This record gives sequence, C-alpha cells and structure tokens, in this order.
Amino acid sequence: MSHLTDLPLWAAIPVCLLLLSGSMITLIGSIGLIRLKNFYKRLHAPTLGASAGVILICLASMLCFAVLQSRWIFHEVLIIVFIILTTPVTLMLLGQSALYRDRIEGTDGVPLKAKPISPKADETDI
Amino acid sequence: MRYWFPYPLLSFALMLFWLLINQSLSPAQILLGAALGISHAWLMVNLRPAKTSMKKAWLIGRLIGRVAADVVRSNISVMGIILRSRNRPVTSGFVPIDITLQDENALALLACILTATPGTAWLEFDSQTRVLLLHVLDVENGSAWAELIKTRYEAPLKELFE
Amino acid sequence: MTELFIIWSILASQIILGLAMGCALFRMVKGPRAQDRILGLDALYINGMLLLLTFGIRTANTIYFESALIIALLGFVSSIAFSKFLMRGEVIE
Repeated sequence: MSHLTDLPLWAAIPVCLLLLSGSMITLIGSIGLIRLKNFYKRLHAPTLGASAGVILICLASMLCFAVLQSRWIFHEVLIIVFIILTTPVTLMLLGQSALYRDRIEGTDGVPLKAKPISPKADETDI
Repeated sequence: MRYWFPYPLLSFALMLFWLLINQSLSPAQILLGAALGISHAWLMVNLRPAKTSMKKAWLIGRLIGRVAADVVRSNISVMGIILRSRNRPVTSGFVPIDITLQDENALALLACILTATPGTAWLEFDSQTRVLLLHVLDVENGSAWAELIKTRYEAPLKELFE
Repeated sequence: MTELFIIWSILASQIILGLAMGCALFRMVKGPRAQDRILGLDALYINGMLLLLTFGIRTANTIYFESALIIALLGFVSSIAFSKFLMRGEVIE
C-alpha cells in the first residue's frame, strides 16, 4: 500500500466518494435485475451500472493516478468510451430478440407487428 | 486523395486508439498506427456505410448537453423506482412512436441516445411503416412520452442532419 | 490516517461490487428464460470489470486495467453473439 500513502487528503476524499457512489449505483442497478418483475422492465436496470457506475469509478481511478502521477491515465478513458458506445447496442439487440421470441410463442401483453412479415429475397439465398 | 484516404476521420480515430492502447508517442508507433488506420478505412469501404453530412455541426454541443442532463435525471428516477418497487410496483408499457427522420445515421444516433438513457429502451423500428416501438419503465401516459421524444430528441436531430 | 480512510473505502466498494455481481449471478442462474440469463451475464461482465478497476486503484498495477479493457470488449462481443443466436437460432428449427 505504498503508493496510496502519497495521496493528499483533498484528493482522497473525492476518490472515496466517487468509488462508493459508483459502486452503490451499480449495486442498485443489479438489485433491479432481481426485483423487477418481467424481462422488459429488467432491461432498464443494467444501464445504471453501465452508465453512471462506470463513469464514476473510472473518474475515481483517473483522479487517483493523475494526482499520484505514476502512469498514464488514458486506459480509463478508453473503458468509458467503449462501455458507453457498446451497451446501447447490446441492450437493443437483446430487446429485439426477446420481442421476436415472445411473438413466436404468443406471450400475452406483447404488441404485435403492424404488418405480416414478408420474406426478403436476399435472406432466402443464404 | 479521396481514393487513398476514404474515411480520414475514422483513420485518425483508429490511430489515436492505437497510440492510447500502446501508451507511447514514439514515431514507430505513430507510423504503425497510421498504417493500421488507413488500411482499416479501406476495409470500411466494402461495407458501404450510408453517407451523411451534418448541416449544422455546432448544434451537436447543445444536443450532447441535453442528453447528459437527461441521463443524470433519469438515472436518479430509475434508482428511486427500483428502490421503491417492493412497495409500489411500477407500471411500464410499450409506446409506439411515428418517426419522420429519414437519415439512417441519425436514426442510429437516436437509438443510442434512447437506449443509453435508463428508463427508455428502443425495441424495434419498422422501416416500412416508420413506427418505433419503445419500452418505457415508468409510463404514465404513452402519448405524452411520444410527444416528449419527438420534441426533445427528434427535432434537434432533424435540424442537425437534414 | 488518509491511507486507512482510502483503504477502507476501497474495501467497502469492493464488497458492494461483489454483492452486485451476486445479484447478476442470481438472475443468470435463475432467470426464467434465455434472454434473462444473457442480461444477467452482461451485467456480471460489467460488474466484474468495475471490480477489476478497484483492484487496479488498490495496487496501481497496469495489468488490472488491461484486463478490464479486455473484459469490456469480450463482454460486448459475447452478448451480441448470444442475442443474435436467440434471434436466428430459432429460425432454423
């Protein structure tokens, strides 16, 4: 724990607050995964951890190492950019496939497609 | 020039990314990153992404600020919903919205904005009827949500891209 | 004093993130349907990545950050592949 002793108090307090708030928000998002009742409601829960949690914890790490000046702090920027770009894509695809499966099985409470699905020409070739 | 460097911005971003991963600014790494960026831009040509151009690029700052404020606000409200969900079950629902945006890249941006905001999730977009199916966690009345999204996000995107 | 303060708060946030991973794991094991399990797995990936970041702050070791970056990439690709499989896997049946 040698490097953390060099951290002055004015930097240690924001680092601790950012870490604790980020992990609490992530925990609340994961609790939402358990508590919410159906899949489409649960789809909203991981966004909390993926947006606010990742940004807060990466900011804590960046602040810590910017003050200590022990290494470059750009890995956290890369992580933030990756997560922010990729999480919407994952959730969108997951929601689409869940909707597709629910429609095939005829689950109640799922909106139907406006038109009947017509097979496209280039899909049958594969 | 356009033939050799089809997507200069993409090439530059890839080079920057390479340098960030390697954490060095030595000339060798810069050359390698530039070679990688340019060759990957050639690969991108085969995918033929839809060309788009921003008419009023200065409006993007306002849009980013608005999205950031909304993400913070809806983070707080979704946390409240999850913590209170044992006593007061939340009523969520599907909201269909008519979208008049034509540009594909603008639609993709709208999808990312709506899904990145907790509380709304983009489920499906029918490109023939141009109806977007949105799932909203705490829906009180669907038409108000549809109106909100049309005025708050679709109108600025339309102004930005078309 | 400062050192004790920051070490305890790092430990607390590690425990909290561990609990969050437990919640995601519960959804992944129990989840009534396949899409719930994939959602749980995705949340598990992100929580694990955050846990590695806190380990990185604690030890100042760059390896943790590299592995966090790799987990972020692989988690995205695997979630995409799984949900594509849910969409296309049943078309063939």
